[in-house]
Amino acid sequence: MACNSATCNSSGCYKEYEVEEEQRQPTTRGGINGSATTHQNLCVKCKSNEPVCCGIGGDDARFCKDCFKTNLYGKFKQAVSYNAMITPSDKVLVAFSGGPSSRVVLQFVHEIQCRAQTNFDASKDRSLPVFGVGVAFIDESSIHSFASQDAEKAIEDIRSIVSNLAPPEKELYVVPIENIFSSDNIDGKERMKKLLDAVSDVTGKEDLLIHLRMLSLQRVASQNRYTRVVLGSCTSRIACHVISATVKGQGYSLSADIQYVDSRWQVPVVLPLRDCPAQELNTLCSLDGLKIVELLNGPCSSINGLVSSFVKVLQEENPSRECTIVRTAGKLTPFHFNRIPDIHDSSVPLATRRRQKRHSIKPNGSLSSESFCPICNSPLNKSNFSSSLRSLQSNENSDIFAAAACSSCQFQIIPKEPSLMEQFVSLLPQPLITRAKHGDRGDFSLLREQIQEFLLSDGEDEI
Amino acid sequence: MEADAMPKKSGPRLCCICNQRRAVLKRPKTLEQICRECFYEVFEEEIHQVIVENQLFKPGERIAIGASGGKDSTVLAYVLSELNRRHNYGLDLFLLSVDEGITGYRDDSLETVKRNELQYGLPLKIVSYKDLYGWTMDEIVKMIGLKNNCTFCGVFRRQALDRGAALLKVDKVATGHNADDIAETVLLNILRGDIARLSRCTSITTGEDGPIPRCKPFKYTYEKEIFLISLSCQNLNKISTYAYFKKLDYFSTECIYSPNAYRGFAREFIKDLERIRPRAILDIITSGENFRISTSTKMPEQGTCERCGYISSQKWCKACVLLEGLNRGLPKLGIGRSRGLNNDIKKDTKQGGGTKSIESKQCGSLDF
Repeated sequence: MACNSATCNSSGCYKEYEVEEEQRQPTTRGGINGSATTHQNLCVKCKSNEPVCCGIGGDDARFCKDCFKTNLYGKFKQAVSYNAMITPSDKVLVAFSGGPSSRVVLQFVHEIQCRAQTNFDASKDRSLPVFGVGVAFIDESSIHSFASQDAEKAIEDIRSIVSNLAPPEKELYVVPIENIFSSDNIDGKERMKKLLDAVSDVTGKEDLLIHLRMLSLQRVASQNRYTRVVLGSCTSRIACHVISATVKGQGYSLSADIQYVDSRWQVPVVLPLRDCPAQELNTLCSLDGLKIVELLNGPCSSINGLVSSFVKVLQEENPSRECTIVRTAGKLTPFHFNRIPDIHDSSVPLATRRRQKRHSIKPNGSLSSESFCPICNSPLNKSNFSSSLRSLQSNENSDIFAAAACSSCQFQIIPKEPSLMEQFVSLLPQPLITRAKHGDRGDFSLLREQIQEFLLSDGEDEI
Repeated sequence: MEADAMPKKSGPRLCCICNQRRAVLKRPKTLEQICRECFYEVFEEEIHQVIVENQLFKPGERIAIGASGGKDSTVLAYVLSELNRRHNYGLDLFLLSVDEGITGYRDDSLETVKRNELQYGLPLKIVSYKDLYGWTMDEIVKMIGLKNNCTFCGVFRRQALDRGAALLKVDKVATGHNADDIAETVLLNILRGDIARLSRCTSITTGEDGPIPRCKPFKYTYEKEIFLISLSCQNLNKISTYAYFKKLDYFSTECIYSPNAYRGFAREFIKDLERIRPRAILDIITSGENFRISTSTKMPEQGTCERCGYISSQKWCKACVLLEGLNRGLPKLGIGRSRGLNNDIKKDTKQGGGTKSIESKQCGSLDF
């Protein structure tokens, strides 16, 4: 927890919750000392209420409802403030899938927004505006085989959840995933289906869908001038990602995906629930009656599904395994874009700007010219030499793609046959093509410098 | 691509490499349909390439092959002696075996190594836990139970190999660690939070700055392929029906204490993974090689053990700590964190720094 000052009176401070407990403690202390055996029936934190649920530590951490909620909310708050994720001038878009993590992150963001609103209403000079919140749901019902009334009901439920979280009002965007093709829906659905069918590997298909989902979110966010995208990724999901990225050969780029902040994208993405295990989020949803909307897919025969079950088995053997996995991966060196870009906006209070500068991860010495895979946007290991050479010669989209993609996408997403590959590239949404062309151009001059002495004047490759 | 359902045998399929002989198996690493001769060839050639590209050996070196009698070390002994002859590496090869004192397991496998000695004409040296430490694994398990015995065995074996190598006066030790082993180790180190080991475990050669470097020529070789070579290659066990049956029984036997090992989780997972995507094993190793681990990450400082002089990052080497525990009847000494002789110094330095930075920050500037 960030705050350790007993005299802190800031109304944003979670310590508000603590004040009540401190008042309670003196009266119950006498009782505790006498009976060590009843200790097990009391919350370990405030030692006064009945415990209702276990924390991740198993029997060792039985919290009462209030302390549990405080603890969980506290982790969220610390992640947000320590990483300067949200400032008063921001407009944040919460990516909402309907699952428990999404639901909790939406709830928590709403709570800090409410607090900010209260402060705003109470303050005389109204100097600090309240940040805006929007909610985006990417509708993938055209790809999966849900019954249409299930899909419609799900959307209705989501609408009611979001409208109940006012005031302050939040705009809801229900975006069909085929809209990334920026053409009309009928065409879009067909094209999406063709694109996914062009990928033969089951895991590749799933991963491509994840990348397209992010593309969708980015599109909604930038079109509506949002400054942050908030994901509900929890510890458990990140632990699974650590293992599956390792298994797909993406060890180099892994550290980019698991930090609190990811500014590779046009609209920076933040992960405030990074320290919260799925089990705790589930518990909160049931304790508080937070409604979850889940459309169930069929069984998963991909690597991602295998990794999920593996992590589940490990969790059963040791409930803190997920945390250990994320902590280990957290020791890998992040990238320069894993921090909120420096805030130069003078309307943002100086204190916030200073805090952001102080807390954000310091970039390592080299101002890197990272190039990125056009499909998954992961930073590429520079030893991609020979394939980059190929792309220097050609102006064909498909050649540029094949050369520019990371080895994992080359294996599991991009088709092997050259003819199939051209068709595949033609089906991709325009932003990915632009990314490929753009990404390479950035690195061209650097690449040229390195190989200048080997290039013959007529541009023959020489390896 | 996933392992597509290929038709089993629709007509005589030709080997995809020589296109002459009939294909008799599907190569585990690449799923290519291949004949036996080409399989041996490509198997041996790939290992030769690994040895050359990574400069594992120099002409005139004395090399000890860590020989447990299992399929990996038996095949390693065979391949190294074969490649040494064929490509003129100019190496002096020895077999080095460790007797942990596990009845019903190790005594059988040592018989295999003794046969290897006869078969390949490689001199054999056996070092035993009993001689080196005064304890056999059976005695250790009787004392400490089945939970942490692998730790003891692993630590003791490493030292035993080094001691044996020193007695043989060799320049390097080659072990039969295969791609599956290294992939499992990468996963284990992630699961257990050992970032220091994670950065070292994918190196093909380790301990170059120590007394006896070790290398793993099988780093990119699949366990399944080693198994196939060991089964099908007639040169390996040409002796008798007894040996043939014995061999089959043997190769399917794991250490009798192994079901309780944590490594089992990773092994199961990798087996399932290989079924979906064979190349994932090599991908794990690639990931391990490419993890961005800062070189300024606190790495242990290298010193020597005060008790026995072996290489150690602590006051006493792990083997001495464990032995002390055994001899004093304290089975948990050296197991887990914050226990044992070495931690008094560590504890003091830890509490000084670390957690202060977050707690001392005021939150007065939270201006939402």
